Order: sequence, then C-alpha cells, then structure tokens
Amino acid sequence: MNADDRALYGDITRKGLWENNTALVQLLGLCPLLAVSTSFVNAVSLSLATVLVMALSGGTVAALRTLIPHEIRIPVFILIIAALVTCLDLAFNAWLHDLYLVLGIFIPLIVTNCIVLARVEAFAAKNSPLAAAWDGAAMGVGLLWVLALLGSLRELVGAGTLFGGIDMVIPGAHALQVFGEHYRGLLIAILPPGAFIFLGLLVAARNAWVARAQARASRPPAAAVSA
Amino acid sequence: MYNSPYLRQNTSVRRVMGTVMVAMLPAITVQVWLFGPALIAQLAIASLTALACEAVMLGLRGRPVAPALTDLSALVTAWLIAVCLPPLLPWWATVLGTSFALIIGKHLYGGLGQNPFNPAMLAYALLIVSFPALMSQWPGLQSADAATQFGWVFGGERVVDGMTGATPLDALRTGLLTGGDVGAVMQSPAFGHVAGAGWEWVALAWAAGGLLLLALRIITWHIPVAFIGAMALVSAIGWLIDPTQFASPAFHLLAGGTLMGAFFIATDPVSGATTPRGKLVFAAGIALIAWLIRAFGAYPDGIAFAVLLMNICVPLIDMKTQPPVFGHKKGDAP
Repeated sequence: MNADDRALYGDITRKGLWENNTALVQLLGLCPLLAVSTSFVNAVSLSLATVLVMALSGGTVAALRTLIPHEIRIPVFILIIAALVTCLDLAFNAWLHDLYLVLGIFIPLIVTNCIVLARVEAFAAKNSPLAAAWDGAAMGVGLLWVLALLGSLRELVGAGTLFGGIDMVIPGAHALQVFGEHYRGLLIAILPPGAFIFLGLLVAARNAWVARAQARASRPPAAAVSA
Repeated sequence: MYNSPYLRQNTSVRRVMGTVMVAMLPAITVQVWLFGPALIAQLAIASLTALACEAVMLGLRGRPVAPALTDLSALVTAWLIAVCLPPLLPWWATVLGTSFALIIGKHLYGGLGQNPFNPAMLAYALLIVSFPALMSQWPGLQSADAATQFGWVFGGERVVDGMTGATPLDALRTGLLTGGDVGAVMQSPAFGHVAGAGWEWVALAWAAGGLLLLALRIITWHIPVAFIGAMALVSAIGWLIDPTQFASPAFHLLAGGTLMGAFFIATDPVSGATTPRGKLVFAAGIALIAWLIRAFGAYPDGIAFAVLLMNICVPLIDMKTQPPVFGHKKGDAP
C-alpha cells in the first residue's frame, strides 16, 4: 500500500466515522436509527447488519460498475442491495431468531435505507471495489457508534439497564441493572419522542465540539505570541 | 429625541409576568382551600427548580444572569407547571418536569422569546407519557390533612386508598369504557353540579384570573373567546349527536384544563400565534384537538398535546394570516 492509498483510506475512514457521519451530520436513514435505538443490543445488531450490507454492496457495485448501464443503474443497485439483505434476513432468522423477532421489519427495510443507496451511487459507482467496500464499512461503522451510544442512552434513561436482551445474542449473558431495582424508568426515552430528543442532543454536542475545535484552530497565532 | 409612538405603556417583562402571577392567585387559593395544601409544596419545588435551571443555563450560555432571573418569567413557567400537575406528585417528578421545560424547552431553543413550544405543556407531556400512573393520582375533596399530603410529596408512603379520587375526565372515560352512559356515570361522587366536584370552582377561579388579565390588557380577547367558543361548539355537536356517549358542553368547559388553558396556557405570547386572525385559528385548533383527545384518545386531558401540536403550526398560521399593511387593500402587494 503506497502513500496515496494510505491517504485515500485514511480520508474515507475519517469521513465515515466523523466528518460526514451518516447519523450526526448527514442525518440520513433516520427511520431505522430512531426505531431500533431503544436498547444497546437492538441498535448494535441492526447497525452491524447495515455495516455488512454497506460493505458488501459497495464492493459488489464497484466491481460491476463498468457493466451496469448508466440509465438503469438505480434499479440494478437496488436489486444488488436487496439480494444481499435477503441473505442477511434469512441468516438472522436461522441463527439469531429471538433477535430477528425483535428487529422484525427493520432488517428487510435496510434495502430502502437511503444511506446504503447514497453511498453506492455517490462512491461505489465511481471507485475501485476495495475502496468502495472500505467506504461502505466506514460509513456503516459511523452509524454503528452513534446508534450504540443512542441505544445505550435511551435504554439507560428509559429502563435503567444496559445490554438488555443480550441473551438473545450471547446465551447466558445478563443485562446490567445500572440504577438498581427501584428505578422507575423515564418511559419517554424509549418511546419515539425520546429518540428525537436524544439524537438532537447528540447532534448539538457534536456541533458544539466542532465549533470549539474551529475556534481553537483559528486562535493559535495570538495564543502563541502571548505564550 | 424620541420616535413615535410618543405615548408609551409601561410594559416590561417583569410587570407582565408579575400580573400573570397575581391573576393565578384566585385559582391557587381555591384549589388549596378545596383540595389541601400540597399545591403550595409543588409551587415551591417548581419555583426553586426553575430558578436554579435558569441560573445554570444562563451561566453556561454566557448571558447575564441577574436580569433574566428577576424578570419573573421562569417563575411563571414554574407556577404553570405546578398547577397542571397532580398536587400529590412526588417531588422528584416535579423537579424533572420543570428542569426539562426550562433546560430543553426554553434555553436550548435560545431562551425567553425563542421557544417554539409552551414549556409548561412540555413538562406536563413529558411526565404524563413517562409516569401515567403517578399523573392520575389527584387528591379527592378534603381527602387528607396537610401532614399526610406533604408526606406524599416528599417521599412518604403512598397509600392509594381513600386519598386520591379520579378527575371527572378520568371517571367519565372509565365509566364509558365499562359500558355506562354519560348520565349514569355522572351520578358518581367525583362529579359536582356540572363537572367535577370542586374542580368546577377551580375552573371558575381560573376564568376570574383570566378576566383580570383581559381587563389589564395583558392578553387580548381573541384566544380565550375562540378557545371557549370552539370547545363549546364541538362538544355541543358531539352532545347533540349522542348525549349518552359525549358529555355536555358545560362539562367540557368546566372540566380539566379548559378554562385555565384558554386564559393562561394558549395565551403564551411566545409560542402562540401573534396575528389577530391567527390567534382565532390557533385557539380554535387547540380546542378541537383537545376535545378529540378527550372524546376518543387514551389520555385523560388533551389540552397539553393540543397546545403542543398547534405550537408546531404557529409559523404557518402567522404567515397565512398577516393583516394587510395600513393603507393597502387586501391582496395588494405590500
């Protein structure tokens, strides 16, 4: 891997995880984001599935990009994504059946998730398969960490637990009772309004962070002189 | 040199807010007299929480703290929250609701004058969605001595029997769901002459305070008149269609938060509509949604959700109801 490649992959990673974060900056694909982020386990499971679909669809579309007629590229992209999601849906049903029942409609709905199509159209259709797969994975992991944080916050505030339902994935594991048995749970955090409120707070926190970083970046000359 | 208008009215935020607090006193007095002193504890808890949140948020935002703390706006929000909540609510729930209203409902949107939603109704909505059981425990008429009431608020043992009574709206909903009709349900002791026993007097005290605000020109007639008129109209239509399933207009006007909402909640100058015609549309919309929630919804009173839903519509209402500029006819380019 030469220096150019390293810069390219570093750039893709940084954009996916932070600068163009799908959940905090682009605010794309909010439907599954808000619907399944009621607990850490649900959020992470669905976003892992999305990461897988995004990486595979990016790589597949990039490999086939010279063969796909430009005029009908969107239906072809959707068919490729749908085929991958169907495999994943069946895999969930076979090996993680309890979780499959919880996530339900949101696994097949990954097909219609606009992040997947957006990355395929904007990146995979113009780049090499490896870079496209890496881009899909980076964008997916960007979604994953935000969704994991959102799911943990909502579960913690709404039910007072963490990793509830972990036994669906790892048999025998137990959820953590963070606030003890008598915590009443702020129900609104688990209901849809809670998703919007907590996502809004996360977006605000990121904006505040970026604004502070920019303010600091524009100040150093004066600070250096005074120091 | 002064610009016109030369005659100035002495309307500071502090004077308006202070008048609103004075106008709330009749209803607070009647409620304390009929249902016990727990409400005073709620007012104190909410006020302290609101002032603390206001000071912390102003400090974090780098704004001057003293002027905003003394303009009484946080206290009015706190009082409106306290009178909406069941007086026997445990203290932490009041603290939670008030902090949510002040921090998220007010300051994260930019502070006084910037909030799109009515902060008091946000607090109520948060609490009723999160703790429906606690939010339905209203005290009955002369139900307990002061010590027991304060005990409930500050974490004493909560013995449900004998202490709480259903509000008239709750009793009516439960009665209708279990197959009764309006006439039979209203024979129960929770009901008084027209609406809830005792609550109808509290409602009339709200109206008295509201008339004081009208007389002092703190609010205009548009919102209360449209609110009460629309509530009377839609409930009359329901009542005329089927008087066994829908309560009378008199009941809807005197039960729950109708009169308080009409004079004290919907008239919020920040989150409500501002044009005269817009105010009529805004208030009538609240009354319609509130009646629909009462008649067909799952929550005991719909005023809070109705106000929040109409708050969302305010920019559109204001845009569509701009009065023509003086000297122009309707339809002229301004």
